Amino acid sequence: MLAAYWHCFLGVGGREWRRFVQQRTRFFSALVRPLLWLVVFAAGFRAVLGISIMEPYGTYIVYEVYITPGLCCMILLFNGMQGSLSMVYDREMGSMKVLLMSPLSRPFLLLCKVLAISLVSLVQVYAFLAIAWGYGIRPPLVGLATAMPALLLVAMMLGSLGLVLANAVRQLENFAGVMNFVIFPLFFLSSALYPLWKMQEAGPWLYWLCANNPFTHGVELVRFALYGRLALEPLLWCLGLTVLFASVAVFTFNLQRGQGLARPG
Amino acid sequence: MNTSIQAPHAPMLEIDEVEHRYGARCALAGVSFALARGGFHALLGPNGAGKSTLIGLMTGLLRGQAGEIRIDGHSLNRDPRRVRRQLGVVFQQPTLDLDLSVRQNLLYHASLHGLGRRLARQRCDRELARQGLEARAGERVRQLNGGHRRRLEIARALLHEPALLVLDEASVGLDAASRQALNEHVRALCRERGMTVLWTTHLLDEIAPDDNVVMLCAGSVVASGRADALCRRTESRTLQDAFRRLTTLQDIPAEERC
Repeated sequence: MLAAYWHCFLGVGGREWRRFVQQRTRFFSALVRPLLWLVVFAAGFRAVLGISIMEPYGTYIVYEVYITPGLCCMILLFNGMQGSLSMVYDREMGSMKVLLMSPLSRPFLLLCKVLAISLVSLVQVYAFLAIAWGYGIRPPLVGLATAMPALLLVAMMLGSLGLVLANAVRQLENFAGVMNFVIFPLFFLSSALYPLWKMQEAGPWLYWLCANNPFTHGVELVRFALYGRLALEPLLWCLGLTVLFASVAVFTFNLQRGQGLARPG
Repeated sequence: MNTSIQAPHAPMLEIDEVEHRYGARCALAGVSFALARGGFHALLGPNGAGKSTLIGLMTGLLRGQAGEIRIDGHSLNRDPRRVRRQLGVVFQQPTLDLDLSVRQNLLYHASLHGLGRRLARQRCDRELARQGLEARAGERVRQLNGGHRRRLEIARALLHEPALLVLDEASVGLDAASRQALNEHVRALCRERGMTVLWTTHLLDEIAPDDNVVMLCAGSVVASGRADALCRRTESRTLQDAFRRLTTLQDIPAEERC
């Protein structure tokens, strides 16, 4: 029976990988977006935002170094949402029915889907880190290894959140609007582009929003892991939120049974 | 995988007092019938009769509200995963991934049923050969015509060797020649492999006189039995006439059916 689950995971993962390979523009846009931030925006912001010595960095750092973990998480965020968009697309195009006719458990099928999307995201993050390395952003080599589980967890958290949204969105056309209300607040109200203490200067409510943003926990987990350090509090937040989002995704997935999947007649 | 052995005379499909509503609208009003093992069975009904609702319930894509469905002796309410293992379905709406190749679509389905790579490849080859699609295995589904896509969906539905094959208005959208070819192909499957097939349609020219027929109208079963016997019973010369007579008697508003 375990072998059946393994074969299923390989099948779902293989399909996500083939989709990714076939959609080369998706790969390039996933790379170009953070690279633009790194090369163009960061150059401008560097002059405005001085970064003092802070954890986990042992010395003064340039702005590009600061935003690299946030940009890694940006790739995970966009990919997680792209994955959920593909769920809505599958539902509209009918191929979701093929997944639902599997005799294996539906929570497992969803987990496979999220894990497969997350692994594809990891490939893109490391492609970005390789280019950033060439640009001069060089975290310790061991950090590149320790960041992997952190990146995977954050990808799972954001992928599960994407599934919750996919279950909530009835039609493909509504998806773009929902994404604007999710991706941009998550990204900009986080520690991805500016440290939290900078937000404290801007105002207490803005600081509160940033400090409690799930994306902030993800960015901080990756930031510390990229320098071989464990950030316990963000780790616990990410674990808890992943379980929460995944549970809500499974629950709402079961709830929507029959809505849009089978037509009356 | 199937640990229980069913008696050879036990029905393959049992629909027992199944009701279903969409809000105030009643789609199925206490539908009951059974299909014997083996052979070609047809579920007939005009548009809106409740055919797709019944298929939705049988496949578990719709949540059951009342009544029971058993496939190969297994209750859908109590053991839905085992039921899904026994069921091969070709949906009315195409469900193939157009950007994957013919073989990739089949292997994806096989993996969702937990089949190992080697076994899946063997079965892919076997089903593609049966459907005459082996030469197209590497092509993207987007390149296939409607008839071949339907054949591919049948090949896919048979990969996990189901006990019951359900085709929900599978011939819709095909030209007359492809429709006939598909129909003959499914009948050949019944003859050669002893399969039980449930073919739903509103196109009566797809039905042969010796087919077992369940006629659904306004959410209720209005007749069942061999097509030629139904004609005799209703004193009709053709199945079309029998269908018209039986279905015009059932013009009940959806709100008053259940």
